Amino acid sequence: MIRVQSADFDVGLELKKLTEGNRQIGAVTSFVGLVRDIAGKDSISAMVLEHYPGMTEKQLADIEYEAHKRWDLNSSLIIHRYGRLEPGDNIVLVACASSHRENAFDACHFLIDWLKTRAPFWKLEETPEGGRWVEAKTKDDLASARWEK
Amino acid sequence: MNLLYFAWIRVKMGVSGEQIDPPKNIKDIKGLIDWIKQRNQISNETFSDISNIRIAVNQEYVDIDHPVLAGDEIAFFPPVTGG
Repeated sequence: MIRVQSADFDVGLELKKLTEGNRQIGAVTSFVGLVRDIAGKDSISAMVLEHYPGMTEKQLADIEYEAHKRWDLNSSLIIHRYGRLEPGDNIVLVACASSHRENAFDACHFLIDWLKTRAPFWKLEETPEGGRWVEAKTKDDLASARWEK
Repeated sequence: MNLLYFAWIRVKMGVSGEQIDPPKNIKDIKGLIDWIKQRNQISNETFSDISNIRIAVNQEYVDIDHPVLAGDEIAFFPPVTGG
């Protein structure tokens, strides 16, 4: 399931809903991305997340579909927020449920790695010197590339 | 044709998008970018280094040689930084 929203989410509640009524599930993995208060040497007072409505949902659905093709998953969830977020706030939740842990771990790792390089989101950090666009990182490209077939 | 701009490209262009009607001889993204650039200085500066720009046609990633058609939604944006 895909959700793109400005509102916060409750990780515990979301994981509970992910497994509700399915007794085949033996493993749930999750990744939660949070806003940091520092980037390099600069303090960050907030981060504004912009996205491309329509394409974002399409890309996330494609990525989720790919995960289900590669691993045996009972269910999965991607929630990504947009708008103005402050340090400590949740940005993203990725969760995977499966019978066994290996599938759940690998699929969750894959989802966040591919999401980072494919889902059309952009971050503007608010620093003491003003707004600054976050640049894409080579290490994220490399992390994503290792899942290429 | 509907153009969309995001992040610093949106800021630099001063608009989040525009409706355009380019000449009929423009067949692909590369030709479209050349046409966008020659309209004014801001467009020319924004698209001066396209290695920093990603392109989507109808919400799918494409390369610079991808064809363009009337009615397409064409988006220009920097490499993505979500997650």
